[in-house]
Amino acid sequence: MSAPAPTVAALSAGLAKREFSSVELTRAYLERMASAQPLLNAFITQTAESALAAAAAADAARAAGRAGALTGVPIAHKDIFCTEGVRTTCGSKMLADFVSPYDATVVSGLRAAGTVMLGKLNMDEFAMGSSNETSFFGPVRNPWSTDMVPGGSSGGSAAAVAARIAPAATATDTGGSIRQPAALCGVTGIKPTYGRCSRYGMIAFASSLDQAGLITVSAEDAALLLGPMSGFDPRDSTSVESAVPDYTRTLGDSLQGLTIGLVTEFFDKGLDAACEQRIRDAIEVYEKLGAKVREVSCPNLPLSVPTYYVVAPAECSSNLARFDGVRFGHRCDSPKNLTDLYCRSRGEGFGAEVKRRIMTGTYVLSAGYYDAYYLRAQRVRQLISADFAKAFTECDLLLGPTSPTPAFRIGAKCDDPITMYLNDIYTIGANLAGLPGMSIPCGFVEGLPVGLQIIGPHFSEARMLNAAHRYQQETDWHLRVPAAFA
Amino acid sequence: MEWETVIGLEIHAQLATRSKIFSGSATAYGAEPNTQANLVDLGYPGVLPVLNAEAVRMAVRFGLAIGAQIAPHSVFARKNYFYPDLPKGYQISQYELPIVAKGVLDIVLDDGTRKRVGITRAHLEEDAGKSLHEGLPGLTGIDLNRAGTPLIEIVSEPDLRSAKEAVAYMKKVHTLVRYLEICDGNMQEGSFRCDANVSVRPKGSEKFGTRAEIKNLNSFRFVEKAINYEIERQIELIESGGKVVQETRLYDPDKGETRSMRSKEEANDYRYFPDPDLLPVVLEESFIASIKAALPELPDEKAARFVRDYGLSEYDAGVLTASRELGAFYEDVVQRVGRDPKLCANWVMGDLAAFLNKDNLEITESKVDSAALSGLVTRIVDATISGKIAKDVFEAMWAEGGSADEIIEKEGLRQITDTGAIEQAIEEVMAKNPGQLADYRSGKDKLFGFFVGQVMKATGGKANPAQLNELLKKKLAG
Repeated sequence: MSAPAPTVAALSAGLAKREFSSVELTRAYLERMASAQPLLNAFITQTAESALAAAAAADAARAAGRAGALTGVPIAHKDIFCTEGVRTTCGSKMLADFVSPYDATVVSGLRAAGTVMLGKLNMDEFAMGSSNETSFFGPVRNPWSTDMVPGGSSGGSAAAVAARIAPAATATDTGGSIRQPAALCGVTGIKPTYGRCSRYGMIAFASSLDQAGLITVSAEDAALLLGPMSGFDPRDSTSVESAVPDYTRTLGDSLQGLTIGLVTEFFDKGLDAACEQRIRDAIEVYEKLGAKVREVSCPNLPLSVPTYYVVAPAECSSNLARFDGVRFGHRCDSPKNLTDLYCRSRGEGFGAEVKRRIMTGTYVLSAGYYDAYYLRAQRVRQLISADFAKAFTECDLLLGPTSPTPAFRIGAKCDDPITMYLNDIYTIGANLAGLPGMSIPCGFVEGLPVGLQIIGPHFSEARMLNAAHRYQQETDWHLRVPAAFA
Repeated sequence: MEWETVIGLEIHAQLATRSKIFSGSATAYGAEPNTQANLVDLGYPGVLPVLNAEAVRMAVRFGLAIGAQIAPHSVFARKNYFYPDLPKGYQISQYELPIVAKGVLDIVLDDGTRKRVGITRAHLEEDAGKSLHEGLPGLTGIDLNRAGTPLIEIVSEPDLRSAKEAVAYMKKVHTLVRYLEICDGNMQEGSFRCDANVSVRPKGSEKFGTRAEIKNLNSFRFVEKAINYEIERQIELIESGGKVVQETRLYDPDKGETRSMRSKEEANDYRYFPDPDLLPVVLEESFIASIKAALPELPDEKAARFVRDYGLSEYDAGVLTASRELGAFYEDVVQRVGRDPKLCANWVMGDLAAFLNKDNLEITESKVDSAALSGLVTRIVDATISGKIAKDVFEAMWAEGGSADEIIEKEGLRQITDTGAIEQAIEEVMAKNPGQLADYRSGKDKLFGFFVGQVMKATGGKANPAQLNELLKKKLAG
């Protein structure tokens, strides 16, 4: 098999019908991965050997009649997830040689479901970035135009799925890190409700915002993969004890009578006009599918970027304190004393963006500033949550843009963190409120993909996937493959 | 000028849970370094804390025992600072919303008066690891076995006015946590230790003086010595025109002095904020009620009962309720003897305590158990032996084991209560000492004691003293 099948669903069917074995399938993806690596730099670590062993085991399980829908399906993990015996770098020099002694719960859940890990995907350092340019392992390139960024922080995940060098990938989203790269690379991304997936083994950036999710070709694929990585985990107190439905069961449900809200604040002057047109086109598709559309307002939403850039750095400044050169990770050469050990190990191990956020976070938590920044940001966060809650009394789902513009040129925004931060202006709100969000491809502007964002109430993943799937039955944007990788 | 001392204590009591407060590692003391530290304790990338419910129950027990409000909603916060024995770079503690709010504890001072000490709050937190230097020249070793051990930090109001009061308060808390079985109270192993905030002010002044905090005092003796040293230091400093600076000090037990560790300017800004990895602790009223129902009798209640039911003095009742085990031992003796609880108290607090002390044993390790001691007291009460002989019997029981009856039989110590036998002994003594007899009869009453001594000597100390007195008076009178 030379041309890879387009979706996990199709691969699953092919494996079930024994059209190909998992070993054959895995080998084909490994070949694509190796040849695409110089172009895209999507992977930090390729695990060909263990992938083939896992694929062989999957084939054996299938032969023994013990195969599920995902048995033998290759996927790749964002390098933020700990993987036992495999280097887990989080895109940082700090962890460049860190081999995790354990698996993240999300990783073990997907492994138990039979998936085969191809390797670990590139990302912004400690998930801090919107362009995948902060990675210690170099930037990832957008498969649609390799001069462009793939978005971030899950840039490796989005580029790999867009180029079909991995059928699907795990990712994480703290302020848009799944949805924004999914939009910029023309793939499907889902950030579930905060607490839906365990954070155990997912290296923390901002604990109250971080959420594991997926980047896939289609909503159907996301529905297939989300189940095994969801559910309460006794090792994560913030994971939620709420039953995990079969997300595939409701994919085809009718959208007749669904009320879609368009958030006024999402259609602001910052939104690129051509992108807005693609979003409006997508909304028309929904209307044809029977959905009612109404406008809703979330007046506090424009405060989400400043709120986020207080809360997230505050948490990160504390979460990243453990990288001190004492027990694991980078340690400077011949430290003179304890302070020198800390200063140089951290100074050498962290990149500029990580340092910027640690400093910002340290500042906003400092004596005398805590009330003015951290506490006030938490209050605004409550207001934003309340805006969403009110919106969901009037509609079932919110639709809007994922990102203000399509992908931008590598290097274009590196010197201006504020402009870079504004990339997440439409995605951050869902994180602050703990809501599930998706991005699905809805067209192109000058050859670059545009993403449609879907935001739902807490634990409405099934409803979002249903809405995304029905749209993808009407359109084929999600099936487009960049010419260089077709 | 006359000075007044103001002291507040922060007591750290290690909770006696089997596993750590946020991980499943064991908390046993004395294991090989780093054998009781898992990935959570090591602060590995990606790991998360999960609260130990037993630690919460223990904190609630303590709160209820000091009559405090138990917070229906309390929050864990991160206290951020860098230190090699603090793996995550922050300690998980409670800051704005502790689990136990205001409470009180009564202490008895040396002059017998009671004093009520306010407890500001008590909160749950994790302990840090230990830095090791011994046997590692030029290096620092880190042992994380202790990292994540649950602590309850008990913060008093600045109500204490002397080192003695501070020690009395600390002992009271020590008694209480052991009664509640939430802490083993082992001070050598660091299970129970305190920081003392000490300041002085001119007597009558309302305003507090600048305080110094003496860290990590792990014996009652050190608490007393360190505070007394610090009081003197501060008074001398002020009287010679200096100023006390707010700082952290360490007590050096070898030199008997406190030394500056770091000043206020060098103090960390801990950047406390609610820990986003842990949910707020929400306690139902029924949960608190069920813990309250299961509380044991507390030391003050027990002491009041001893005064009421056994007619003991407040002092004796206080001594006998200093630990749950001692109280149980005493009550077992009383029940077995069936009368004279005061005599039972004297034996437990007197000879038994002295022997325990001499051999450095706990009441639970006593060589004479409560059944054996009650056997001995019973023989005093039923006049089989005198109190004086009983002391010898007790010594033999302590040294050789065995019951009081066995030793009394073997050594022939049974008291002589036979009137004839005592009379015969008296007559023999009178016959041997005609001179003294004549003197006595001519009015030298003091010689009565001489005759008592001689008769006792003749009977090997076994004559019943009351009978002897009575018969001797009669015989001497002639």
